[in-house]
Amino acid sequence: MIRLEDTSGGAVAAAINAERRRIGSPATGMVLTLLILADEDTQADATDAAVATAHQHPMRIITLIPRPDARHTQLDAEIRVGGDDGPGEVAILRLRGELSNYPNSVAVPLLLPDTPVVAYWPGDSPAVPSESLIGRHAQRRITDSSSFSDPYEALRIRKAGYIPGDSDLAWARCTQWRSVLAAIFDAPMSNVHNIRVSGERNNPSVILMGAWLSQSLGASLETIWDDTIAISAVELDMDDGVLSITRVDQKTATIRRPGLADQQVSLPHRSTSALIAEELRRLDPDDMYGLVISKLDL
Amino acid sequence: MTNPLRNSIDHRLPRIAGPCGLVLFGVTGDLARKKVMPAIYDLANRGFLPPGFSLVGFARRDWVDEDFAQIVHDAVREHSRTPFREETWKQLSEGIRFVTGDLDDAAAYSELSRVVADLDLTRGTGGNHAFYLSIPPGLFPVVLEHLKSSGLAQDTPDSWRRVVVEKPFGHDLKSAQELNDLVGTVFETGSVFRIDHYLGKETVQNIMAVRFANAMFEPLWNGNYVDNVQITMAEDIGIGGRAGYYDGIGAARDVIQNHLLQLLALTAMEEPLNFNAAEVRAEKEKVLSAVRLPKDLSLHTTRGQYAQGWQGGIPVPGYLQEEGIDPNSITETFAAMRVDIDNRRWAGVPFYLRTGKRLGRRVTEVAVIFKRAPHLPFSVDSVQELGNNALVFRIQPDEGITVRFGSKVPDTSQIEVRDVTMDFQYGETFVESSPEAYERLILDVLIGDPPLFPRHVEVELGWKILDPVLEYWATQGQPDQYVSGGWGPHSQYDMLARDGRTWRRP
Repeated sequence: MIRLEDTSGGAVAAAINAERRRIGSPATGMVLTLLILADEDTQADATDAAVATAHQHPMRIITLIPRPDARHTQLDAEIRVGGDDGPGEVAILRLRGELSNYPNSVAVPLLLPDTPVVAYWPGDSPAVPSESLIGRHAQRRITDSSSFSDPYEALRIRKAGYIPGDSDLAWARCTQWRSVLAAIFDAPMSNVHNIRVSGERNNPSVILMGAWLSQSLGASLETIWDDTIAISAVELDMDDGVLSITRVDQKTATIRRPGLADQQVSLPHRSTSALIAEELRRLDPDDMYGLVISKLDL
Repeated sequence: MTNPLRNSIDHRLPRIAGPCGLVLFGVTGDLARKKVMPAIYDLANRGFLPPGFSLVGFARRDWVDEDFAQIVHDAVREHSRTPFREETWKQLSEGIRFVTGDLDDAAAYSELSRVVADLDLTRGTGGNHAFYLSIPPGLFPVVLEHLKSSGLAQDTPDSWRRVVVEKPFGHDLKSAQELNDLVGTVFETGSVFRIDHYLGKETVQNIMAVRFANAMFEPLWNGNYVDNVQITMAEDIGIGGRAGYYDGIGAARDVIQNHLLQLLALTAMEEPLNFNAAEVRAEKEKVLSAVRLPKDLSLHTTRGQYAQGWQGGIPVPGYLQEEGIDPNSITETFAAMRVDIDNRRWAGVPFYLRTGKRLGRRVTEVAVIFKRAPHLPFSVDSVQELGNNALVFRIQPDEGITVRFGSKVPDTSQIEVRDVTMDFQYGETFVESSPEAYERLILDVLIGDPPLFPRHVEVELGWKILDPVLEYWATQGQPDQYVSGGWGPHSQYDMLARDGRTWRRP
């Protein structure tokens, strides 16, 4: 690890290149730059999650930590290249004092040429991500509504500020459930009248899951809060009985369908890095999320 | 009927097989254990199989469901690509069934029908079943006959039945046609999936992506700029335990007829109208129909047999010393040939195909070698180390693309130009490990997506190209011996030298 104190964005970029040359692996094949805007509480986990993803998506990870509390205005950097962090590069930058208001000035010289830029806010996020100093450089902007205490408020903000290219980890947390449900509906199904989605109190994924189902199936929705983790069950009242998917433990769920034997299905809770990896798989706007959030009835 | 939960703008949901099951014949074979079973698990692990997916084994073993599940479990533990997860296994193992019986026992097929119908009822497989024949082709007739008479092969308007067969698709044109006729009496053309696992490889599909998605290669992709194309598939192993299969078949039937001619077709074909199965096949068939053999096969084809030697530091026996091989066998373990393509794009550009066992290392590549620049405004000295430009598709291992071109050597008083290479490595840019070819192909069978499976016309065109060479070789006695661990018999270099060319060392 290289530490630079009282440095500049250009000097950090030069230091990364020098380190690349020293270890003999030129920075070819990097697919994107990930800008993480975090505070001291969230930066370590967010950076680690992104680094774990770098094994799938070789990228330059720039973690920007504004420190308006500092008396002196200066930029401090930690740089890690190659090694255990996989093929990518990591720079953790502390923007002290007045500099905390200008994260873009530090980020711009560090963006890889001619490759996509993705921004990620693990904690607090701007009301309109695409208009923020960092977000305006990024074609994909990832927020995490589950970091808010009031999920309805969080989703209301997301809905109001939505611009194609936005996405949210609370939506990514629904993917496996959605995938299982969609697979079941590949077979002919009878009409759905009512939808019940159960899950953790204050978890926005429960709301998004219900919204997606009711929008897609055109049926009425009931949300049931409990003390589990994330989504715990989905039940659909249909002409010929009830279809349910119920989480049994951290890794599996049971599918119950009218007329068929119960089935176990693998449905593990996923780590933040798995969610980020999913986000980075496609860098075009997630129009499905856009549709669900825009039609969200809050 | 459309699925209300699927939307074309929803890119997060994976392409997943609909409700279905797979019936596996030949459950103890190498292929079934090392490729098919692990691929099914890997698909399940990646969430590509429907929740009620079921796997039925059929064999002459006195097993119950649990015994077969144990076989699958062991195969998965040993050979799966993705990590073993108990919850995935639980999901998969609930759908595992076994039917005991001889391949020619009608009662066993009735039992199989009952099991399959029961799966439709209890697990929601919806009457959709694929029959994977992982058995020697000699046994196809009896199995196909029973699948037909038991009604198992019968699809309905709402459900499908498909059959999966592995190469070899015959051993010459006549036998390939017979096999196709046989399968055709039981399954419709669209329900027959022939697996040539090379076509499932990401790097093979990438040949089309690179050629047809970019502006900078296609203008050079013709006889004006290309000098020759070299397609090599080298194996470092010998025949291993496959003596029974290999002797009498040989390298050309085993590899050139299918894999190398498919690579040639993808490299040389015209741009298809789109990537639907029918359009891609039409272009492949067109270019394979234009392939012409040299007039004098003695000058432009060659073959060899590996001799005793050292391979990568290990002493290895020669082909004729391998267990189960006739010491007078004339089966070739190395084959090389020139073909030409009679169309405007490729007139005058030879395609050199070669394959062999016990060669220097395991490598498959397609090398497009360009002509030298028409004029070099440098002194002879400065370009002494400049060769032909080349674009190489590295199919396996170390998957990627290499471009070779000349560049100035820095820091010399005179200009000196030397070959340099520019590499694109799959593993560097897309680190997410690529799925095994079998994962892709089995998923395609279950989804019913046929572009990556050769149709019988392609298979027959392959035999039409190869049959005259095989007939000629059959009259030529013993193939040349070559030292194990090298790059094959010397005659291959003579073959290229006649054309004023050399092989690229892969």
